[in-house]
Amino acid sequence: MIMEKTKREGSVIFSEYKRGEGIKAALGKKREDILLELRESKIKGRGGAGFPTATKWMVVAASTAEIKYVICNADEGEPGTFKDRVLLVDYPELVFDGMVIAGYTIGASRGIVYLRGEYEYVRKPLEDYLESMRKDNLLGNNILGKDGFDFDITIRMGSGAYICGEETALIESLEGNRGEARNKPPYPVNTGFFGRPTVVNNVETLAAVSHILVKGGDWFRQHGTDKSTGSKLFSISGDCEKPGVYELPWGTKLSEILFLVGAKNTKAIQVGGASGICLNKTQFDRTLAYEDAATGGSIMIFNESRNMIHILKNFMEFFVEESCGQCTPCRIGNVKLLEGVKMIQSGEYTFDYIEKLIDLGRTMQVASKCGLGQSSPNPFISILENFKDEIFNGNGGYNG
Amino acid sequence: MLILEKNAMTEEIEKLVEKYGPERSSLLPILQDIQRDHKSIPDFAQQEVARLLDIHPVEVFSVISFYAFLNTEAKGKFIVRLCRTITCDIKGKERIAQAIERELGITFGETTKDNKYTLEYANCLGMCDQGPAMLINDIVYANLTPEKAVKILKGVK
Ligand SMILES: Cc1cc2nc3c(=O)[nH]c(=O)nc-3n(C[C@H](O)[C@H](O)[C@H](O)COP(=O)(O)O)c2cc1C
Ligand code: SF4
Ligand code: FES
Repeated sequence: MIMEKTKREGSVIFSEYKRGEGIKAALGKKREDILLELRESKIKGRGGAGFPTATKWMVVAASTAEIKYVICNADEGEPGTFKDRVLLVDYPELVFDGMVIAGYTIGASRGIVYLRGEYEYVRKPLEDYLESMRKDNLLGNNILGKDGFDFDITIRMGSGAYICGEETALIESLEGNRGEARNKPPYPVNTGFFGRPTVVNNVETLAAVSHILVKGGDWFRQHGTDKSTGSKLFSISGDCEKPGVYELPWGTKLSEILFLVGAKNTKAIQVGGASGICLNKTQFDRTLAYEDAATGGSIMIFNESRNMIHILKNFMEFFVEESCGQCTPCRIGNVKLLEGVKMIQSGEYTFDYIEKLIDLGRTMQVASKCGLGQSSPNPFISILENFKDEIFNGNGGYNG
Repeated sequence: MLILEKNAMTEEIEKLVEKYGPERSSLLPILQDIQRDHKSIPDFAQQEVARLLDIHPVEVFSVISFYAFLNTEAKGKFIVRLCRTITCDIKGKERIAQAIERELGITFGETTKDNKYTLEYANCLGMCDQGPAMLINDIVYANLTPEKAVKILKGVK
C-alpha cells in the first residue's frame, strides 16, 4: 500500500547518499566550519517562511545555554503537500542525519520530531529506524566515537491541528498545551522548547543539510537561482496525468511543470497550498523561487472544468476550521470571508461589499498574530482578482 | 462507569504517567494513548490524568477540546476520516461520502448503532496525489472509488 520504498532520482535531495555520511563529515569539522559551509550554501528554510538556515543555527550555536533542542517540523499540514511524508518514508537517513548534524553544530543533545497525527502509520517504521541508528552508534553517547557528543531523537505526535505546524504553536503543543501561536519575538532560537534555545527546521531543510555536509555549500549553490539556491521538492496534485513528488531546481517555470506532469487545459494553479496564491493562464510563465512564486512545495492544478468559487469556498472552510481562535482578525475575519464566498455563490452580493471584504483581507494580512491569519486571505484576494471574469461575469456566481 | 472499570482506568493511567513522566509536557502523549485505546477520553479519565499530573481538570479538557483527533464523547470502534480538502474534493470525495453513508445508514458526524463506525471529515491527509483518501483509525487508504471505499470499510477488523 503506502509504505513502498521508491527509489527516485534528483540533482540534490534525491542524489546519492549513504546513511551516516553527513554525520561523519560533520564530526570531522569544527562547528564554526559547519556554519560557514551552510552559509556558503545559502540554503533557506523549506517549510514555507524561507529563513536562512545558517543564521538560525548561528544564533542557537552562539548561546551559552546548557540545554538546547533540535526540532524537526514534520507537521506537514498545508493542503497539497506530501513531500515530507515521502522523505520520512523513503529517506529517513537524510532527515535524521540532518538532526544529528544540527545537534552537533549547535550543541544540543536532544532532538524531537513533531509528526502530524495523520501520519501515525509512519511512526513505527521511523521508531525502528531510530533503533537501528542507535545500534550503529549514529545516535546515543559518544556518537561515532566522538568524545562527549551525545544525541538522541524522540518522536512526538500531533493530534489533527494545522496550526501546530507554526513553530511556536508546535512548541506549545510539545509542552502539553493548546497549540496556540505565541507572539514573536522572542523567537524559538532564543526562547524555544521549555524556554531554551531551539532550532526548528522543516523535514526537507534537514535532509538538504545532510547532502551539503558531504558535497559542500558550493555544490549546493550551483543548483537553483542566485537568491534561491539548491533544488526543491514539489508536491504536485490535481488535474494532471502524473501527480506526485518532483525534485526540480528553484527557478523552474510553472509552464514547465505543467508539461512535466501532463496537465492539459489548465485554468489555474494554486501555488503554496491553501495559504498560497492562485494564478491564471497569463501568469504561468512565472518561476518558482523565493523571489517570485514562493512555496513550501504545494502545487495544485485545476483544469477548465473546475469552478473557482467552489475551490475558494473549500479553502476558506479550511481556515475557519483551523484558526486557533486567539486573535480577532483571524477568528472573525475568516468567517466573514467565507460568508462572502457564499454570498457570491448565491448571487446575493454587492461589489461594494466585496471591496470591503478584500480590505478586510488586507487588514488580516497585517493585523493577525501569526502566519495563519496573515496568509489565509491570500486565496480569497488572488482568486477574486485573477478569476474575476469567471466569477462575476460568467456563470461562476450561480452554478455553485 | 462501574467501580471495576474505574479502577482499571486509574491503573492504566498510572502506567502511562510512569511511562511518560509526571510532567505537563507528557499530557498529549498520555491523552493520545487513552484516545487510541478507548476512542474517547471520558470525564473520569480526564480527572485522573489531572490528578496524576497535578493540574486542574479544566486544563485537561481545554487541551482535548483544541485537537481534532481528541474527543470526550464515545465514538465507534473504527473512526473513518474522509479527506474533504480540495484535491480529494475534485477527485470525487462527494461520491465516496454518499456511498459510505448509504451503506452504513448514517451521515457524517454520526456513529452506527452497534458502535462499530463513526464517520467524520478531516482536512488534507497528505495523500493529495492519490486522492480521494481516507483514514480508518491509523491506516490510510487512497485512490478510492465508491465501491472500493465500501469494500474496505466492510473488511476492517
Ligand atoms: C499556519 C502555519 C503552518 C505551518 N506549518 C508548517 C509545517 O507543517 N511544516 C513546516 O516545516 N513548517 C510549517 N510552518 C512554518 C514554521 O513556522 C517554521 O517557519 C518552519 O518550520 C521553519 O523551518 P525551516 O526554516 O526549515 O523552513 C507553518 C507556519 C504557519 C504560520
Ligand atoms: S492568526 Fe489565527 S491561528 Fe494565528 S494566533 Fe491568530 S487566531 Fe490563532
Ligand atoms: S487534499 Fe485530500 S489528502 Fe490532500
